[in-house]
Amino acid sequence: MNTNLKTASRLLLMALFMFGFGYLLVPIYDILCEVTGLNGKTGVVQAEYTQSVQADKTRRVKVQFVTSVSAGLPWTFRPVVRDIEVVPGVVTSVNFEATNLAGTPIIGSAVPSVSPSVASKYLNKTDCFCFVRQRLEAGEKKIMPVAFIVDGRIPKHVDLLTLSYTFFPALKS
Amino acid sequence: MSELTANHDEHSHHPTGIKRWLTTTNHKDIGTMYLVFSLIMFFIGGAMAMIIRLELFQPGLQFVDPQFYNSMVTMHALIMIFGVVMPAWTGFANWLVPMMIGAPDMALPRLNNWSFWILPFAFSLLLITLFLPGGAPAGGWTMYPPLVLQTGAAFPFLIFAVHFLGASSIGGAINVLATVFNMRAPGMTLLKLPLFVWTWIITGFLLVASLPVLAGAVTMLLTDKFFGTSFFSAAGGGDPVMFQHIFWFFGHPEVYILILPAFGVVSAIIPTFCRKPLFGYNSMVYAVAAIAFLSFIVWAHHMFTVGMPLAGELFFMYTTVLIAVPTGVKVFNWVATMWKSAMTFETPMLFAIGFVILFTIGGFSGLMLGVTPVDFQYHDTYFVVAHFHYVLVTGAVYSLMAATYFWLPKWTGYMYDEALGKWHFWLSTISVNVLFFPQHFLGLAGMPRRIPDYSVQFAEFNVISSVGGFVYGLSQLLFVYIIVKCVRGGQKATDRVWEGAQGLEWTLASPPPYHSFNTPPDPSTIDGGVR
Repeated sequence: MNTNLKTASRLLLMALFMFGFGYLLVPIYDILCEVTGLNGKTGVVQAEYTQSVQADKTRRVKVQFVTSVSAGLPWTFRPVVRDIEVVPGVVTSVNFEATNLAGTPIIGSAVPSVSPSVASKYLNKTDCFCFVRQRLEAGEKKIMPVAFIVDGRIPKHVDLLTLSYTFFPALKS
Repeated sequence: MSELTANHDEHSHHPTGIKRWLTTTNHKDIGTMYLVFSLIMFFIGGAMAMIIRLELFQPGLQFVDPQFYNSMVTMHALIMIFGVVMPAWTGFANWLVPMMIGAPDMALPRLNNWSFWILPFAFSLLLITLFLPGGAPAGGWTMYPPLVLQTGAAFPFLIFAVHFLGASSIGGAINVLATVFNMRAPGMTLLKLPLFVWTWIITGFLLVASLPVLAGAVTMLLTDKFFGTSFFSAAGGGDPVMFQHIFWFFGHPEVYILILPAFGVVSAIIPTFCRKPLFGYNSMVYAVAAIAFLSFIVWAHHMFTVGMPLAGELFFMYTTVLIAVPTGVKVFNWVATMWKSAMTFETPMLFAIGFVILFTIGGFSGLMLGVTPVDFQYHDTYFVVAHFHYVLVTGAVYSLMAATYFWLPKWTGYMYDEALGKWHFWLSTISVNVLFFPQHFLGLAGMPRRIPDYSVQFAEFNVISSVGGFVYGLSQLLFVYIIVKCVRGGQKATDRVWEGAQGLEWTLASPPPYHSFNTPPDPSTIDGGVR
């Protein structure tokens, strides 16, 4: 009987370990995505970095902007310019415009994503409205800036990047 | 083993009536309950499939509204996977593993009783959602967020049902593994185990290793919905695609949980009716182990289209296609066993041969789906539906039918009606191909799965498929009739039942005594009983 209980408790321990492993997959996934840029999560860099990057004046990379608003958020949200040609290594600033159509103040937060995913780690933002939550008063229209820099080491075959933002209602925390 | 000292091993001392079944810790009783439960669920899940085929009989929306249709698709899958195939295999393991290894009972009889009795409660939770406001879960059995988070009142029922089902299966798996590792008769070494036992060892490890991951994933869904976490919510920094990775990390081993015991069953039946040892026993064991290992590193082939880097797609494609090698070894061994043998074609053998041929067709379409560039065309079409029904219906379910016909005379002491069994086989085999084969064409032509309506160009193949579906569904009533008839009586079965049957369970009387192998079998009977 004892050997049966011993085998059973070992197997139960294995099951508990695998339950934990399921949760461990979450940070593993995040780290993998960060290292490889797989899900289009972009980098954030400090201001000093921007000075150290060599501008590659011979290249031009086109950056498109795509915006969307999640269901349940009564906002409009659009880029002021739809696309822009940038020189890798040079800080570029663009504006986005959001309007709260509701009669009450609403807090939203924007989630960025870059495609193609191989290029996402080369698009670094030095300033972005997505870093903090945005509060829009009833009917308020707000111009929000993004400053970004395309790393000069971006693979040669990439000449078009898409930066997309989706606004979600901010989660209560 | 207390029976030995108590000296009443020849009698079946147990309470009668409902109390017998509620409190039983006897492996044969629990095995019977698992199998009856599974058969009932087979008809509930089957009725849902009939509703699906009825709605798809014509283009347009005729009988059910799309939300209910989606519930049917979702519940059909959950019931067939967790309510039919998994409990049925645990039922067969309960009945057969102790008798095959010469053990008196399962290692942990009380856990065994719990593992079974969780199931009716879990399925009550799941089935009651049909009557809740908002209806039953309709986001697909894969429960992808964010869609599944829109499930109404049924959502927590779904999650807790999955938790219970997982607990039940893990309990069953622990029991089988403890039984096989600790209670084998003297002389029954690991490489003398019947292949059904071997496949169940591997299945047991797959269950213990993969079901907790599913439990974790659905727990994350639960906390995302009710407790403000953001595992899969992009708004809170999570990622819905991550759910797919975690789900399929469980999901791919799960498909082998459903099919590996089938390999064991077929490896027992084919040598019996070929009157010849199984070709390549050792390679069969290694092939099953190889398939089980590979099943943990191929999960992302279910999600080639989510946007993976080339390296990832290549890795998952190569490992997926690699599974064809050990699977090919198995099919080769079954065919090689049949080669130049004195075959007879009783119903279990017919179902086993049907399994080998039709499962291989499902394997081939699986290979096609495993090749990344073409998967982009097949993804989420009826081609996928055709593929997994070939491997699950004509694979897993066929082997369950084969196993039932094969061991039913041993369990009941009576032969089933052979003529009716053959009718059941031929009706099923013709109709199941009429049902699922046209779905390959529908998929290649671009008909999406999980949609109640379709373009008129798909109408003809859907009519054919639905007619096949209705005939297949009705044919299964014959199966129930044959079982009931066999349980009630008939021609007496001999102890060995089949001329070529090999293995310890055939050395017992038919039906076997309530407590068998209270004294271990004679080791000299073991060697002949294995290969």
